[in-house]
Amino acid sequence: MPVREVLLAGADDRDLTRLAEYQAIGGYAGVPKALALSSDALIEVLQTANLRGRGGAGFPMGRKASLIDRSSPKPKYLVVNADESEPGAFKDREVMARVPHRLIEGCLIAAHAIESKDVYIFIRGEYLAEYEILQSAVDEARAANLFGDVEITVHRGAGAYICGEETALLDALEGKRGQPRPRPPFPPVQGLYDAPTQINNVCTIATVPAIMELGAAEFAKIGPESSPGTAIFSISGNIARPGNYELVLGTPMRELIYDLAGGIPDGRELKCVIPGGSSVPALSPDEIDVPLDYDSLGKIGTFFGAASLIIVDDRCCMVQLALRSTKFYMHESCGKCTPCREGTRWMVQLLEKIEAGEAELSDLDLLDNVGARILGRSLCALGDFAVYPVASYLKKWRSEFVAHVEQGCCPYGGASSLDGIVAPLDAHRHHPGLEVIA
Amino acid sequence: MTLYEAIQAERAKYPDGSRSATLEALRLGQEEHGWLSPDALREVADALDVTPAYCKAVATFYDMYHLEPVGTHLVEVCTNLSCALVGAQSVVDAFASELGVAPGETTEDGDVTFRTVECLGGCGYATVVAVDHRYRQHVGPDDVPAIVEELRAGS
Repeated sequence: MPVREVLLAGADDRDLTRLAEYQAIGGYAGVPKALALSSDALIEVLQTANLRGRGGAGFPMGRKASLIDRSSPKPKYLVVNADESEPGAFKDREVMARVPHRLIEGCLIAAHAIESKDVYIFIRGEYLAEYEILQSAVDEARAANLFGDVEITVHRGAGAYICGEETALLDALEGKRGQPRPRPPFPPVQGLYDAPTQINNVCTIATVPAIMELGAAEFAKIGPESSPGTAIFSISGNIARPGNYELVLGTPMRELIYDLAGGIPDGRELKCVIPGGSSVPALSPDEIDVPLDYDSLGKIGTFFGAASLIIVDDRCCMVQLALRSTKFYMHESCGKCTPCREGTRWMVQLLEKIEAGEAELSDLDLLDNVGARILGRSLCALGDFAVYPVASYLKKWRSEFVAHVEQGCCPYGGASSLDGIVAPLDAHRHHPGLEVIA
Repeated sequence: MTLYEAIQAERAKYPDGSRSATLEALRLGQEEHGWLSPDALREVADALDVTPAYCKAVATFYDMYHLEPVGTHLVEVCTNLSCALVGAQSVVDAFASELGVAPGETTEDGDVTFRTVECLGGCGYATVVAVDHRYRQHVGPDDVPAIVEELRAGS
């Protein structure tokens, strides 16, 4: 059975937002266990468990902890990335809303590993209900003297996708415009307030208590050897039962889509799966017999990403899908690096031209060419995130792009599920005329 | 608690000399003034001990800050992929017709600002509409008249 609850365990039966309920199922037992170990020994435990980061990159969490410069005279910081903003992802939100104490317990354990006394949880500003639940859980745990000499501060963002990028997040946390920093120096050496900083996703940290409970060796036995544990998979779009499913890593994608989530509704056909949030290369229907884990998805040219599957049925025009996706990344580009700032605009212009039926075949090559000039040329991966999906649509559904050119119009003729969709940047009026403030 | 005092309480959460309270201070200033007017920016800047220009530079970066007046209520419809695929545009159209304004505009009486937004992280419960920052999930065009009526009745 691929369904196994680690992160969300107990949340169906009890109100785990309440401290007493969480403690009744053994909650916070991992903290004294962790504190009984030296930091070195605890990092060893985390490395043995081989928990890989659930935020997107899949970097082993224990290894990240080992990189922290604990000899630094500066404070060490643990920062939890709860800025979940990848289109298709809504898993961190459920963890914060339903098992906030598991996240807090994970923070206390992970803080001990890096000898940190200061934990910041950076939650996206739009998550108001989740912020309220998390903040009251923090207050309740603090009042129950569970923090020892550690302080946990919940910091709210203010609406910017880029702040999910770890160095942009640090700048936002320092009260600046959230723009990525050049690396090196990397955060474990010079992060928040120029001090050694560990940054992990909500689900990564909230999995740590299970490692203390089961033991690292037992935890490492769950799922594939290369990526043990469970993940909460968010599935959305044209799917019968959208929602979050916590599954053992390595569960077949087909099983999630067709058995658990009920397949494609309304008698439609599957056209495309974007498996890791909107920023990753898409899969065609003949590619979905793949285990849901980092390495298996990597082998077929896409990414595990944010464990967030967007399901697209056969009504959708792929050019419109590309255009809507690219408008998002263009809007969210922070503007710091030219390839991303300008390149995403060029991509939007070309896609608009193709969708309007005004493009030539050479424009398809130009779109590829622009993408190639964005990839890998900026401080962070946002520009890459604009390119990955579009390059995959253009490669795997090229005939649809060609049809736009040859027919001189969108072949869907107003019947695409995305027809007429308004992107916020078309409607945003964000910068009124400049005023001088004395 | 005055705005000044509330901002000092935020500053106390962070190391001395840091500007980490800026985002929350701007949020508080916006709540107090309705939007980040020049007066609001000046007041926030004074409380943070930074310049108004610094505050404005930060505020212009983030989507949740309003640099021009907005209505008493804020209706935000997600039109990113997952919501779009299941019909967000029909929800946008329903709000536009019910409110009589296009996305990005405020009703003439200043009651409701209506805009489309990027992914709110509610993809599995599409279409997601944030009404005064509280999420309504699985919103269809038929739900829109009742939401608008509720807003009109509440103000």
